Amino acid sequence: MAQLFNRSANALAKVTLIVGFLAAAGGAWASYEFYHSPYMTRVDLVREQPVMFSHKHHVEGLGIDCRYCHTSVEVSSSAGIPSTHTCMSCHSQVWVDAPILEPVRASYRENLPLEWIRVNDLPDFVYFDHSIHVGKGIGCTTCHGPIDQMPLVRQVHNLSMKWCLDCHRNPEAFVRPREEVFNVNWQPPADQLEMGGRLVQEYGIETKTYCSACHR
Amino acid sequence: MKGNRSDQTVRLDLRKVREALERRTGRDYWRSLEEVLETEEAQDYLRHEFPAEADTFADPVGRRQFLRLMGASLAFAGATACVVQPEERIVPHVRAPEQLVPGRALYFASCVSAFGFAQGLLVESHDGRPTKIEGNPNHPASLGAATAFAQASVLDLYDPDRLQTIQYRGRIRTWTQLAAALETEFERFRLAGGKGLRILTGTVTSPTLGDQLLRLSENFPEARWVQYEPVSFDHVRAGRRAAFGQNVHSYSRLEHADVVFSLDADFLTFGPAALADTRAFSAKRRIRSPESQMNRLYAVESSPSLTGAMADHYKATTSRAVSRAAVALARNLGIQGLPDVDSPVPWLEAAARDLQNHSGRCLVLAGESQPPAIHALTHLMNERLASLGSVVVVTDPVEARPELQMHSLGELTREMRDGEVEALLILGGNPAFDAPADLEFAAALEQVPFRLHLTLLENETSRGCQWIVSQSHYLESWSDLRAFDGTASIVQPLIEPLYRSRSAHDLLKVPLNETGQSDYELVRQVWRRQWGEEDFERRWRRALHDGWIEGSALPVRQLSVDADAVLAAVARVDLEGEALELNLRPDPTVFDGRYANNAWLQELPKPLTKLTWDNALLASPALAERLGLSNDDLVEIAAGDRRVEAPVWIQPGHAPDSLTLYFGYGRSVAGRVGQGTGFDAYPIRTTATPWSIPEVSIKRTGRRRRLVSTQHHYSMEGRRLVRSGSLEEFRRNPDFVSQLAPEMPEKYDLYPNWNYPGYAWGMTIDLNSCTGCNACVAACQAENNIPVVGKEQVASGREMHWIRIDRYFEGSVDEPAVFHQPIPCMHCEQAPCEPVCPVAATVHSDEGLNDMVYNRCVGTRYCSNNCPYKVRRFNFLLYSDWATPSLKLQRNPNVTVRSRGVMEKCTYCVQRISAARIQASLEDRKIRDGEIRTACQQTCPADAIVFGDINDPNSRVSRLKASPLNYGLLTELNTRPRTTYLAKLKNPNPEATTE
Repeated sequence: MAQLFNRSANALAKVTLIVGFLAAAGGAWASYEFYHSPYMTRVDLVREQPVMFSHKHHVEGLGIDCRYCHTSVEVSSSAGIPSTHTCMSCHSQVWVDAPILEPVRASYRENLPLEWIRVNDLPDFVYFDHSIHVGKGIGCTTCHGPIDQMPLVRQVHNLSMKWCLDCHRNPEAFVRPREEVFNVNWQPPADQLEMGGRLVQEYGIETKTYCSACHR
Repeated sequence: MKGNRSDQTVRLDLRKVREALERRTGRDYWRSLEEVLETEEAQDYLRHEFPAEADTFADPVGRRQFLRLMGASLAFAGATACVVQPEERIVPHVRAPEQLVPGRALYFASCVSAFGFAQGLLVESHDGRPTKIEGNPNHPASLGAATAFAQASVLDLYDPDRLQTIQYRGRIRTWTQLAAALETEFERFRLAGGKGLRILTGTVTSPTLGDQLLRLSENFPEARWVQYEPVSFDHVRAGRRAAFGQNVHSYSRLEHADVVFSLDADFLTFGPAALADTRAFSAKRRIRSPESQMNRLYAVESSPSLTGAMADHYKATTSRAVSRAAVALARNLGIQGLPDVDSPVPWLEAAARDLQNHSGRCLVLAGESQPPAIHALTHLMNERLASLGSVVVVTDPVEARPELQMHSLGELTREMRDGEVEALLILGGNPAFDAPADLEFAAALEQVPFRLHLTLLENETSRGCQWIVSQSHYLESWSDLRAFDGTASIVQPLIEPLYRSRSAHDLLKVPLNETGQSDYELVRQVWRRQWGEEDFERRWRRALHDGWIEGSALPVRQLSVDADAVLAAVARVDLEGEALELNLRPDPTVFDGRYANNAWLQELPKPLTKLTWDNALLASPALAERLGLSNDDLVEIAAGDRRVEAPVWIQPGHAPDSLTLYFGYGRSVAGRVGQGTGFDAYPIRTTATPWSIPEVSIKRTGRRRRLVSTQHHYSMEGRRLVRSGSLEEFRRNPDFVSQLAPEMPEKYDLYPNWNYPGYAWGMTIDLNSCTGCNACVAACQAENNIPVVGKEQVASGREMHWIRIDRYFEGSVDEPAVFHQPIPCMHCEQAPCEPVCPVAATVHSDEGLNDMVYNRCVGTRYCSNNCPYKVRRFNFLLYSDWATPSLKLQRNPNVTVRSRGVMEKCTYCVQRISAARIQASLEDRKIRDGEIRTACQQTCPADAIVFGDINDPNSRVSRLKASPLNYGLLTELNTRPRTTYLAKLKNPNPEATTE
């Protein structure tokens, strides 16, 4: 019986194996990269909001505290988005005729809420709680980035589970003194790890890494 | 693949059942007749956790029915994991309401009507949406507990089938148009003094509604107001009247009763005081050490009830024999002048002596189904036993106007038929469906020129009325109600009416010329009159905050029983008769039919039969054997010329000479859930025999109707799951429970032990106080967004309840002891589910919970396969309704709504644990014992479930786990469950057992 395969088939088989393996690995790598790309995670994406509200102006320019608008950040899972009434408490006095604020005035006049687009959007199966993070010395800017430098808010971190766990496994690298939590200019000191370790003790920080801490 | 269940149902040979049981020795528990007999079907269930697996996918009818039920399209968002997250909006308030913090729940006190009486509630509200019902710990009729009905009532609020507008002959009308039409009617009635005007309501205890109705009677002297409910307590009322010579109200204080004798009285589930009675009764059954004291319950019953299942001495017999037992008991207690009867109960004399020995601390109770004379006789017995005034107390009537409802409705129907009624306003209820059949209410209704029905859902009665007025749910409207002891509560709304709906108060304002007033002002006005102007605001705010009005309980009256009148009444009762008897009872879950469209209640397994989505005719094994009946057989029951066709369900422990038929099913106009479920039993219920028909005949039709019960599912193959003994036994040998444990294999731990430096959560369930009432199952469903699956899916063993109540029998088929065992997840220390998950979707937490991570689960079902307790539930189809907008409002925002292909199970209410942990951590303290209460624990009327930190030796749960009665399920598998049980103890009277 004649040879079924030519001698060159050996080389072809080897090449096919190698190319196949490379293609699979490359595909895996490409999809990983794609999945973590800003296109998917929406990092740095600036979205059009009903009102072109500038955190840069209100926080850096005017020095308004985070809690003036995000009132429930210390007591609730949700930080809270200010009601139109909160906006109008100032804007019934200043910039009363500014065209850019017309949607706010319209909302107040017609009793129809403003609809903001969520920027830092965790998946719905994640139950994040602001109050405990703020209460244990995690600053706003640790997750939200330099909010005082953002004319329009963008997402700074990819909000992946790995990113959450980086801190939950090493809280001392991120924790800051409680009085600095709302300080947008705070920078970690040179001895962050040492200070962080002390604060973790002092605040009784018990970061959870089991599933039901966030998923339920 | 196995075929459909009904195709292969094996007809039961009951003689074989008896033989099989006689062969068994020792303490033997069995779950169903099929299992005892080891039929092919039962064996099949043991082998296959999910029988008939491929059926539903292949069967287009089942699938279509499922779709119709859920009202959802299967447009599942399949591939969302691979695309960019959809954009989400944040919609803040324009003006933020006071006290509302986004992300935090608020609780408001209100109350729900049960049998017309108040049950206090605390209602959880998320961003203005009422989502969950809890009991109000300070309310006398709740004491923190809520019934399954109350738990499910929040679903009624969001029922997509609710009437959304006022209708006239099927056309949409406005309130103004209706008010004008009513005005025209009442103009005429004003001239005629109300002649021909009739108003029909349910039992009214509301001071405000009562006030409106009584003022209406003053303005329209010829008008009449009639109250009717199918479960009306007429016999109780008439019995009190016969005993005390006047209209009074009475209730019992079981906390003072050491011995209770029940004559057909299902006081643990039935009646306005059931929650308070359960709490008091179970408190006296809680045994912690051999020194503890325990109450004793004797029960003689014509139809099996949960109260009977709790009894230390139980006798099932006919309704008439229960009456005979009452007379015999009275004779034994030394009451003269009673007819001489044979006692059907062997231990009656011993029980009578026991009662006399506990004079002043005992109680005789009769159920609504017993004739009024027997009720009067129990009052006389209680007086002789020195319990009247202490264990049973008498007050003025709690209802706005007590009446014998069946009689009044009869009068009303006669007038309607004779054309004397010109306008009938039906405020709530469904008399066209649930009135006694001999009245032919629906036909009489057609004779009335002006007919109006105020109702939440369209039903049989609204079909017969020109005007249908959409009713506001109690969570949408202001009112007030009185509880069983007279304590008044304000019904406080939590949400603006979702639709264009109105209340009963609104309708009555038209003839009273007060339409300008809101219900809120009306209720306040009534209480302002009571309290006076001074201090009114403070008292009003307090009443709203507390959920009950201090000092509004009715004062206890000292009355004596008119013995001669009682004896004369008893002499008129027909006590004899040996024919086959039919008992009529409201269904345990859809009640008189009013909850037929509530999917949670439809799917709730009935406590004793474990049937879902259906009612049945219950027959004793002995009778079934005699007549050659088997489960699912359709029979025709005839009483005179009234007939009903019903499928048979064989109920061990049922009285041999009687049958039980549950009414409330078979609604013809009910909505997408209730339509076409079960059969209508009302056609056999008449004014003369509302509760038991002394003589019926039964005939096989040769056809069958498939009933679906959850009792076969997840069978545990006859292991020592419920451990029980007597109080005597426990005192003699306090360690008897641990001695019942099967041999532990030599200790082996393949996996390393866990360390719990912080909290370690655990639970105990006291089988001794659990009554099997189902409140925990309903509470869990509401708290954890658990979907319903429908009858077809339950038949395949796919019900989704995270906590189920297993029911076991012990002893003979004729008079078995009944045990209930709630089974949530055991949260095993060495959990068999964890190592088999290929994607680590079920893992151990640092606090000992078996976490279930839905977003990781790929649906292999290995975990469920490996769970020895069978507590895991799989979403075979998209069971959660993702489409109906109104249902989304009910969901708990702190629990994921699961999708298709995901495993789920009890989490120990991990959302509540997280909330408490965060709160405690923010306050730099440990979580206090009792701070976290799981949904099942919180609602439990018997306080049988205790949850807490087992790392803390002083926590309540740790102390219970140290009790000699504590034991775990299947501990021989070395699973080391976190959920453990306290063994069941009975307290039989030694004298009675030797007799």
